[in-house]
Amino acid sequence: MRRTTYILLSNPLSVLGLLLVGFVFFCASFADFIAPYPDHAGAVINFAFANRPPSPEYLLGTDVVGRDLLSRIIYAYRIALGMALVVLLIAPPIGIAFGLIAGYIGGWTDFVLMRITDIFLSIPPLVLALAIMGVMEPTLINAMLAVTAMWWPWYARLVYNITRGEKVEGYVLAAEVIGASKTHIMFREILPNCVPAVVTKMTLDFGYVILIASSLSFLGLGVQAPTPDLGSMVSEGTRYLPDSWWMTVFPGLAIVIAVFGFNLVGDVLRDVLEPD
Amino acid sequence: MSVFRRLLWRLGSSLIVLIGVSMLIFFIARIIPGDPARIALGPRATEEQVAQMRETLNLNEPIIVQYGLFMSDLVRGDLGISLYSNRPVMTDLAEYLPATLELVLLAGLMMVVLGLPLGALSARYRGLWPDNLVRVVTLLTVSAPAFVWAVGLVLVFAYFMPLFPITGRIADTMNIPRLTGFMLIDTLAAGRFDGFLSAVHHMVLPAFALSLSGIGQSARLTRANMIATYEQPAIEMAQAYGFSEGRIARRYAFKPSLIPSLTIIGLDFAALLGNAFLVEVIFAWPGLSRYGVGVILQKDLNAIVGTVLIISATFLIANIIVDFLVSVLNPRIRLSEDGS
Amino acid sequence: MTSTLTLDIKDLRLSFRNWAGKTEVLHGIDLTIAPGERVALVGESGSGKSVTSRIVLGTMQDVRNASVSGQVAFEGTELSTLKPAERRALRGRDMSMIFQDPTSALNPVFKIGELFQEVLKRRHPNISRDAARQKASVILQDVSIDDADRVLNSYSFQLSGGMNQRVMIAMALINEPRLLLADEPGTALDVTVQAQTLALMRDLVDQKGTSVLFISHNLGVVREFADRIYVIYRGNIVERGPTAAIFDAPKHPYTRALLSAMPRLTGGGIPEIEERAPSFDDPMATHGEDA
Repeated sequence: MRRTTYILLSNPLSVLGLLLVGFVFFCASFADFIAPYPDHAGAVINFAFANRPPSPEYLLGTDVVGRDLLSRIIYAYRIALGMALVVLLIAPPIGIAFGLIAGYIGGWTDFVLMRITDIFLSIPPLVLALAIMGVMEPTLINAMLAVTAMWWPWYARLVYNITRGEKVEGYVLAAEVIGASKTHIMFREILPNCVPAVVTKMTLDFGYVILIASSLSFLGLGVQAPTPDLGSMVSEGTRYLPDSWWMTVFPGLAIVIAVFGFNLVGDVLRDVLEPD
Repeated sequence: MSVFRRLLWRLGSSLIVLIGVSMLIFFIARIIPGDPARIALGPRATEEQVAQMRETLNLNEPIIVQYGLFMSDLVRGDLGISLYSNRPVMTDLAEYLPATLELVLLAGLMMVVLGLPLGALSARYRGLWPDNLVRVVTLLTVSAPAFVWAVGLVLVFAYFMPLFPITGRIADTMNIPRLTGFMLIDTLAAGRFDGFLSAVHHMVLPAFALSLSGIGQSARLTRANMIATYEQPAIEMAQAYGFSEGRIARRYAFKPSLIPSLTIIGLDFAALLGNAFLVEVIFAWPGLSRYGVGVILQKDLNAIVGTVLIISATFLIANIIVDFLVSVLNPRIRLSEDGS
Repeated sequence: MTSTLTLDIKDLRLSFRNWAGKTEVLHGIDLTIAPGERVALVGESGSGKSVTSRIVLGTMQDVRNASVSGQVAFEGTELSTLKPAERRALRGRDMSMIFQDPTSALNPVFKIGELFQEVLKRRHPNISRDAARQKASVILQDVSIDDADRVLNSYSFQLSGGMNQRVMIAMALINEPRLLLADEPGTALDVTVQAQTLALMRDLVDQKGTSVLFISHNLGVVREFADRIYVIYRGNIVERGPTAAIFDAPKHPYTRALLSAMPRLTGGGIPEIEERAPSFDDPMATHGEDA
């Protein structure tokens, strides 16, 4: 732990990453206090100030109905982080259970579970989420479900591969010899060895969930107006390119800042937690 | 011989997975709350129309029978009628798929041609400034969705510096007869080299936007693989025999690292197919995405199922091709007896 | 001691920088090898014997967090005065190396014949494919490989470990180097195969007059091979002397421990040496020869 902290803090890139992630979390947590126009997160119409370029009054400009972009971006972070949190609370446990059981039990269980995983993995990620959103109503909850459905198989694969490797290790054989139950071996002996890889993947995925969620809403299949969302803001803005460039550029940058931050931290974390 | 057997084995298992995909997507499409026929026809349709639609879609049969009917049609190349375009789904897909495929293939090419050398460069100068630069830049490219890159590239290279066209596949003034649907092939077939150049000119920006995160991804993987290769005794031996660093990088580290990188690039093809949706929207590219988003918004079940199936099939075929390339490149697989 | 020593190491120190600070792993080593002499450096894993060979080879100096001090002279030339490219020029031509696991050291994506050609290019940059095969076949005969053609057309993973080890010996000697570094040669092989290949190696270096630095954790393997032995323990040389003298009258407690732990017969149980004993840190013992 001390070593992890040391390495994270001694690498300028991961420090930058921590700062960016901290900034995003700060925005999301204290949106009500730092957003200059908190009510602009909702369905406010303010045509008198529509389409304004960045100015001291509206630091990042306003959108087509006159809402402050900065305020909307800050609130959009709240939605994005919330969504990532929910997906990463649901998807990894499902994947871990699949991977552990398939990898440890083996045989037909392995075959069936991993073929199910393969089926999910052979539909390109965004396309699966799109298809699911296609048959459901585009709401925040459904978007989370769709993203979760495309996310868990990656954890199943990861944990499966580790489990297959650990299964033949001495400590597992030793536990089997003294008659430990299968559940005990899977969750008490093997699972702890999957934790570093899973934690690294979760850090990186925090960024990627934000990225995929913004892609869904960019296509109009995610969070619906007037809820502020980075993807739909970009999508809306593209109609006013190049004159009202700030409407697309700033929400786009906001996505990059968040995802880049998580990637920087995850990248260094991977070097520390999985040295091989 | 073993390469051939391996290929057959992959084809077989891909077919099973594809059947699984068809089930998954079919059941997702049928378990939605509400009456698919009603959803398809909209709230203003009469009860008779809905009843008739239920009949056409076989919705009155048990779901297993529905799936069986669907599969027997599929084997005959029939995916049903699109409610969105009122044409057979197959016809629609045949019209839109080539444009998407062309874009994705060019992006995949860029990914390999730019990503692998960047990764190799990074590994070769590990810990030095070229490595740090490549690492930061590639991390940045994977940190933005394709549509953000598309918007950025359009702003810079189409609006501020009008070097590239913003939309379309070819100059409006050119009329190229459709043969394969692949613009690069059709222009050449028509003997219009100017048309070919125009098509390339139109493709560069969208393909680059689509490939940017893939370039980053493949560069990062190649770097990691090469560093792992560098730690192997074979490299130490090459160093012990005084081979030059450049030669070691090219011949001894790059080639073995290419093999795992290629496998992953095959998987990244999935991301390209998905992200093509985002890029096509920005560039008004007449590919699957416009159709796909259209049918999704219309709840056009036949077309949704067809679109997902065709994309998954493309992805699986791409992976079989990559797997084949890998087994040709890797003597250990090529010469192995059991081929598994 | 009239001619120049092939290798002359004085007060060699090596340390690594890492997140915890600086760790010294070699604490001032002295070692010499005369032309044609076969010297063994024996110690447990982690004692610093392998890094010593990497320093002689000049690759350790290129590791970014390693710092090397002291003197390493190869045929009178101090290595630290050479540029990295000049150090590299020595490798593969004037000095060469044999690795512990031949099968993983021979690159699996190239055929043995291609590897031979690569190595031969170090001395004859423009050698043709046929000439390279010709030379390789001759030296493969020397290591008792009769079907040279088959071997040259194979990949390392298609050959047995013993075969790869012979290939590696042939490859290491094909450019007639004056110093051969052998790092635990054949440890990955089974005992009989190891003994056979070591005998081949001894005959070959004898015939060519090559000096050898033989690195091993096993005194038994070294006995048949080396003229003189250095025993290394935790980065210090604890005893040095002619092979016979060390076996007949070991002076240092650590050497005695190593000797008593030596299995007399195959399958004689696992050698057991205490992790540390205070007496192991005793000063260096010598056997009368000039220091």
